Amino acid sequence: MTLLNVVIFLPLVAFLIILALPKDKPETIRVFSLVASLAVFVASLGLIGPVWSSAPGKFAIETNQSWIQSPAINYHVALDGISLWLVILSTLLTPICVLLSWRSIDKHIKQFFAFLLLLEFGLVGVFCALDFFLFFVFWEVSLVPMYFLIGVWGHERRIYSAVKFFLYTMAGSMLMLVGIIYLYNLAGTFDYTTILAGLQSGAITLSPVEQLWLFLAFFIAFAIKVPLFPLHTWLPDAHVEAPTAGSVMLASVMLKMGTYGLLRFSVPMFPNAARTCAGWIATLAIIGIVYGALVAMVQPNMKKLVAYSSVSHLGFVVLGIFSFTQQGFDGAVYQMLAHGISTGALFILVGFLYERRHSLEIGSYGGVATPAPWLSTAFMITMLASIGLPMLSNFIGEYLVLQGASLVYFRWTVFAALGVILSACYMLWLYQRVFFGKASEDLTHHMPDLGVREYAIIVPLILIMVWLGSYPQSFIPPISASNAILLGPLDARREIHVKSMPARPAPVLAAQGDLANAR
Amino acid sequence: MPANFAPSAADYLRILPEIIMTVAGVLIMLLEGWLGENKKRNLSVQTFVAFAAALVSAVAANGNPGLSFSNMLIVDGFATFFRVLVIAVGILSLFSATQYLKREHAESSEYYALLLFSVTGQCIMATANELIMIFIGLEISSIATYVLAGYLRDDKRNNEAALKYFLLGSFATAFLLYGIAWIYGTTGSTNLSTIRIALLTPGSETNVILAGTAAALMFVGFAFKVSAAPFQIWAPDVYQGAPAPVTLFMSAGPKAAAFAVFLRVFMTAFGPITSRWEPFVWSSALLTMIIGNFAALMQTNIKRLLAYSSIANAGYVMVAIAADSQIGVAAAMFYLAAYAFMNIGAFAVVTHFSRQGEKFVNVEDLAGLGWKQPVTAALFSIFLLSLIGVPLTGGFFGKFYIFKAALDANLVWLTVLGLLNSAVAAYYYLRILVVMYMKEPGEATLSLQPVGVGIAATLWISAVGTLVLGIFPSVVLNFATASSALVK
Repeated sequence: MTLLNVVIFLPLVAFLIILALPKDKPETIRVFSLVASLAVFVASLGLIGPVWSSAPGKFAIETNQSWIQSPAINYHVALDGISLWLVILSTLLTPICVLLSWRSIDKHIKQFFAFLLLLEFGLVGVFCALDFFLFFVFWEVSLVPMYFLIGVWGHERRIYSAVKFFLYTMAGSMLMLVGIIYLYNLAGTFDYTTILAGLQSGAITLSPVEQLWLFLAFFIAFAIKVPLFPLHTWLPDAHVEAPTAGSVMLASVMLKMGTYGLLRFSVPMFPNAARTCAGWIATLAIIGIVYGALVAMVQPNMKKLVAYSSVSHLGFVVLGIFSFTQQGFDGAVYQMLAHGISTGALFILVGFLYERRHSLEIGSYGGVATPAPWLSTAFMITMLASIGLPMLSNFIGEYLVLQGASLVYFRWTVFAALGVILSACYMLWLYQRVFFGKASEDLTHHMPDLGVREYAIIVPLILIMVWLGSYPQSFIPPISASNAILLGPLDARREIHVKSMPARPAPVLAAQGDLANAR
Repeated sequence: MPANFAPSAADYLRILPEIIMTVAGVLIMLLEGWLGENKKRNLSVQTFVAFAAALVSAVAANGNPGLSFSNMLIVDGFATFFRVLVIAVGILSLFSATQYLKREHAESSEYYALLLFSVTGQCIMATANELIMIFIGLEISSIATYVLAGYLRDDKRNNEAALKYFLLGSFATAFLLYGIAWIYGTTGSTNLSTIRIALLTPGSETNVILAGTAAALMFVGFAFKVSAAPFQIWAPDVYQGAPAPVTLFMSAGPKAAAFAVFLRVFMTAFGPITSRWEPFVWSSALLTMIIGNFAALMQTNIKRLLAYSSIANAGYVMVAIAADSQIGVAAAMFYLAAYAFMNIGAFAVVTHFSRQGEKFVNVEDLAGLGWKQPVTAALFSIFLLSLIGVPLTGGFFGKFYIFKAALDANLVWLTVLGLLNSAVAAYYYLRILVVMYMKEPGEATLSLQPVGVGIAATLWISAVGTLVLGIFPSVVLNFATASSALVK
């Protein structure tokens, strides 16, 4: 029983225990959920050491055990530099979400906390699974609790949003399932490392057509989850209607399942197809960046604004991945973490405002800074982090992505950089309308400053934002090492690709060549 | 051959389950006359004992597999799998029926006897190695089920269901019989292995068209029984009209047995002419999935919704048959087992919820069930998630295995369309979840009584079965894989 297995299964055990607790003792349930999720978090911190000290970029803390004999399905989990931080992100945000829901969830308390821990089980599992079947299991398992979190504890249009969320993801998953089974029939295994090695060594060969279809089957599933423009329409609905904890988990962790899948599976396994489609995908990512920012600007609803800003930020991640450069990959992963913390914090702060005033409309606020200065300060720092101010979290990721992308598609990157400017516009304008101006008497009356529990939630997040932004060296070495391994074969493949298809040199490849010369 | 005329002891042991259930059925009918009114309740206990004994002897018979009664019956892994399955279905439907019959004031031994006879017929279908035996088994099973469908004879809906089922069923059986006659005329035999050999013999090319026609006729008969398109029209009406525990039984037992003979006849006897029938099965599978899932989207009555879902699920199994491979057979077997559990569970909830006279059978009536009876609703959710195909449930693994078989057989488009279909299906199952957990309880939910022992047992057994098949599928899957070789 390695520590990683403890981190994966502890939430499941906690889920079962909460189900067994009596429902008329809400305080016991809350305290237990908090203790359990904190225990998982502390345990997950212990994962950093082994990953850091293992061979750079390789998988550490591996468990590989047979689960189902025929077809051969293994319980294969391990961590590398990329998944390590995503696991910790999930385990960090779960106790925060428990605290966040301490008072704001007042009905069906037991089920709420149970689903939160089940969600953690699914999310942690997704980032550790190295067997495609297992990955799919966790992928779908995380869907169910989120569906209930939105549908039962959400706002007015919660049912519509929950069903839309479920069906969208389900449709994508089904295509991915076809891809997974197809790969199994070719390779005779679900094991990611074996399949990847086989594809790279030529033991498993895919015709260009096969590779393209497989790439698309996985890509659509991941792109829906990211969400990439134009598959993003479920996201604003789900975010706006979800309870705060649901929005936080959705934005901070669940969206990363998609980008993680792109980085871990789509790109390394189907490099040629990824190259072929890279132009289109980068274009969609850039459209997403600009479109998300523009739509965010005109939202009257705060949660919707933050939701569209997520579309914009996630566009950066996709752009970084499909630049096929080390900087782009590193930036993408860093942006995933930074976005997880900063957007999570934004949803939390919007949730604080909602708890006080029961409105998400920007118009019903104004002058909040006068009665609640500390809340305003916290919002200010978080907002600046989200904009990408240097020394705060998002800056590092966005910068690296833009640099990586500019090496490949310089002209287009200008538009992506525009997204950074636009994000300053919508965020500052939001801040101005909500926090400045003269507070009405009615508002002042309902606007106490942060309480102890709220400090406990937001202060750690702000500290992490500063840490992420000012000393990336504490995070980035394992990320880079793992990215270098994922990216490595892509470079090797380039020549094969050019040789085998001399008639059609794709523009991306030419740019890659320039890059190699420039180095 | 006079020497073989007297059956040996081994022959009897191989059909012991059928013997036990037949004798028990007859005894129960006689006992009713002898026992007073107040002792009738105990008959369910006797029925259970008979089923349990049959189950044990079916498992025991697998220890000594082989042909019996002049090759008319065969006991092998495949037969044992389906015998155990249909007897288990019989036991579960017995559990959920006792409470229902008391509620409707219709306790009488006929119900139990008919249930035993119907399961007997299904066991004969599972073991039949010969077309006449298949026909006999099918008739025993069907006639008992026709009567069960109209069991509450004062109820108009029951009568309608029984009459529809009977008329259309007889019509389909006639097709089957005609097909049997045709193949007998072509190959001179009704034994499945002999037919196979005859079709494999060089020079039998002229017979292929005749055999193909026979296969088509028999396909009509079987497709009706498993409610595959375009012969599925009866299913929604009958499922809706029949008493809820009978629907529970019909959608699992007779369907599984019909698929068993479908598989055996088409894989064994018609194996040599695969290329002739595969396109039909392929298109029927696709049509069944599409009709089932899209029609289910519009249903408001939960029995009808589950009826269309049952049609769609038959479509998935047809995909496995279209794959025409050992894996396909194993996948179909596994899926039928998983389907039996999840579907029985779902119908058990309907039986429990509908109350006397089946007043509450609309999806909307379930509003708020999740908070009124959390355990029942949680178990129902497991069945629904399994029907959707969410991992860690039997439904997911079954579907996964079916589509794996289909991709193995290069049925890429069927796989893609089938899986997208199951994304469509998610919508109507989710609707039930939505109503249960996200709507305020209405009159129907507030007046709900606690779950009785029988239904609770059905629910728990089905839920455990669904989860075990999803998390540890190996046991059943290995058995299914091993025995699929016997058919294909």
